[in-house]
Amino acid sequence: MSHASSPVADAWTPAQLQAVIDAYQSTPGAMLPLLHAIQDRFGFIPEAAVPLIAEALRHTRAEVHGIISFYHHFRTHPPGRSVIQVCRAEACQSVGSRQLEAHVKASLGVDYHQTTPDHEFTLEPVYCLGNCACGPSIRVNDDVFGRMTPERFDQLTDELSATVLEVK
Amino acid sequence: MAITVYVPRDTTARALDADRVAARIERGAKTRGVDINVVRNGSRGLFYLEPLVEVDTPEGRVAFGPVTPGDVEPLLDAGLLEGRQDHTLALGLTEEIAYLKGQQRLTFSRIGITDPVSIEDYTALRGFEGLKKALALSSQTIVDEIKTSGLRGRGGAAFPTGIKWQTVHDQPAGQKYVVCNADEGDSGTFADRLVMECDPYMLIEGMTIAGLAAGADQGYIYLRSEYPLAHAILNEAIERAVAAGYLGSNILDSGRAFHLEVRLGAGAYICGEETSLLESLEGKRGLVRAKPPLPAIEGLFGRPTVVNNVLSLAAVPFILDQGGQAYADYGMGRSRGTLAIQLAGNVRRGGLVELAFGTSLRELMEDFGGGTLSGRPLKAVQVGGPLGAYLPQSQWDNPLDYEGFAAFGGVVGHGGIVMFDDSVDMGDQARFAMEFCTVESCGKCTPCRIGAVRGVEVIDRIRAGEAPEKNLVLLADLCETMLDGSLCAMGGMTPFPVQSVMQHFPDDLTPRQAVTAGGTTC
Ligand SMILES: Cc1cc2nc3c(=O)[nH]c(=O)nc-3n(C[C@H](O)[C@H](O)[C@H](O)COP(=O)(O)O)c2cc1C
Ligand code: SF4
Ligand code: FES
Ligand code: FES
Repeated sequence: MSHASSPVADAWTPAQLQAVIDAYQSTPGAMLPLLHAIQDRFGFIPEAAVPLIAEALRHTRAEVHGIISFYHHFRTHPPGRSVIQVCRAEACQSVGSRQLEAHVKASLGVDYHQTTPDHEFTLEPVYCLGNCACGPSIRVNDDVFGRMTPERFDQLTDELSATVLEVK
Repeated sequence: MAITVYVPRDTTARALDADRVAARIERGAKTRGVDINVVRNGSRGLFYLEPLVEVDTPEGRVAFGPVTPGDVEPLLDAGLLEGRQDHTLALGLTEEIAYLKGQQRLTFSRIGITDPVSIEDYTALRGFEGLKKALALSSQTIVDEIKTSGLRGRGGAAFPTGIKWQTVHDQPAGQKYVVCNADEGDSGTFADRLVMECDPYMLIEGMTIAGLAAGADQGYIYLRSEYPLAHAILNEAIERAVAAGYLGSNILDSGRAFHLEVRLGAGAYICGEETSLLESLEGKRGLVRAKPPLPAIEGLFGRPTVVNNVLSLAAVPFILDQGGQAYADYGMGRSRGTLAIQLAGNVRRGGLVELAFGTSLRELMEDFGGGTLSGRPLKAVQVGGPLGAYLPQSQWDNPLDYEGFAAFGGVVGHGGIVMFDDSVDMGDQARFAMEFCTVESCGKCTPCRIGAVRGVEVIDRIRAGEAPEKNLVLLADLCETMLDGSLCAMGGMTPFPVQSVMQHFPDDLTPRQAVTAGGTTC
């Protein structure tokens, strides 16, 4: 399986943010495409983006905050190098995702919406990945993994951590 | 000539290591000096056999599966590339696999056979024939054909698609939209994903025909962000369709226009509800709108809008190509055509089963599904997603059909069937139903927003043995309040799974020890 690029992208500058925002100014219903573009590029939605978005799309800052916080996908803090989502939905429950979830939390030492101290992993819940005949399912960045077990999970995180060392 | 080998590229096949299987086959063929051509096809939907490798032979395509990367070398040694059938993973001719042969694939007739983004593959199997016919018809005739088919919305509410299209068609000319609901949030469902990842042109064709019928020249596919692969494949297919003249400002030189764009959701289950979806497409929080006005009259940006599920739109090319009656010939009662059933959860043979309406759950779970994966007895089945009831054994002989299911409080919904063996604690499942509602409620109305939070608390108390009888009454009242007082089906149906547990699995909810040992209950 290929390892999709890590969601942590470049650090941002106001000029870069503005450039992304400008590209969406004339798109109908630009808000979500714009928020996705910012998060895809910078890994999260920096606080500094909020007034710029508000200005560009003629919203109040409070409205922009409200929209960002409504959607589970958008985050306002930098994530770890890999974002791990564990499926919490029923089909995965029926094949042991509750036990997997407990193992994942213990093994990473974090709860949902948290990042490991070494900034390797951010853990998120997800409600179905469309792999419901072959669960338990997890997603690491853009790759989905099926029939996940605690052992395979540990193997996977070891491999993911090892790629860092190679890069360094 | 090079031998053609197929290794699927859909999310489930890849989640089970199909990419490495493909790479090892290429490498193994190279070291053996055999010339092969690896096609990354879609999945056949037989997930219990994924990765399902196929090889072209003079007799037809032969299958091997499930193939792990470690199986590749032994398979090559056993003559996989010559199609030899000695290995234990050999399955014979793909088309003869009982699970596939026993289906009635009208919509999913091409999945797994073709390279998903190849227009040549698509048109070789009647792709775009429906569109060509539609271009020669009046918009009213297209709508009439859909009415004749009896097609009802596959997204959950089962509303007649032809009537919805008629309403948009009848609005005064001006900007109109076709919006495809590809939010597929229900656990246990993956049929929309299969359409998008394995036969994307079918959805493009269906939406274009909807545009011709309704008088809309702009379409949006609202796709959940949990489906990155579908996103990439759809975008590639749209680009190719534009280049080949099937989309754009002059479709097949007809002078008619239809533009299509994919928009990503952002991880909100409620955005599958059509009015919440429209709010989200407009760039707002996904708060559910009160109806009326119907989206067909005031939809996206206040304009008349057809909102249909992926599967509803995917059924359209067949209907236009073969005629509405050919579709209506399948099914029972007022449920016409085929249903994409998705066998999921604790099931030995999970996957997609497309059949005419009317098959019983038991046949599906036993004959197709082969019982549970664990081999333990089946205890409960949730049909129709997280808002569907948990069905006990006594309800498994009911035929799958909208009216039949509604009669006993069941939900066909999007056709997902999630099986649980006897190790399941149904109290956990009832609690989760409420918890899911606390996470996903849009927050607009109190019975749903507050009710779900209370629901979790009350269930926790019951399970802890705190005054269980009193709290069970409270839970029953709470369910009634949510049922009656919620604006949409999120709050209005969350009680279904909870009530079904109270009714059919009461022992799981109230720990027997608690009631007896706890003695005085109130
Ligand atoms: C909470 C909730 C979630 C829904 N999720 C979806 C969904 O993910 N996909 C879908 O097609 N319809 C979903 N629906 C149904 C839609 O509101 C709507 O009925 C459907 O998109 C209409 O298309 P159809 O007539 O083709 O089914 C949902 C409804 C509710 C109340
Ligand atoms: S029932 Fe729940 S999800 Fe539906 S409108 Fe009310 S608060 Fe929103
Ligand atoms: S329920 Fe986990 S992938 Fe669908
Ligand atoms: S506010 Fe969440 S349910 Fe109404």
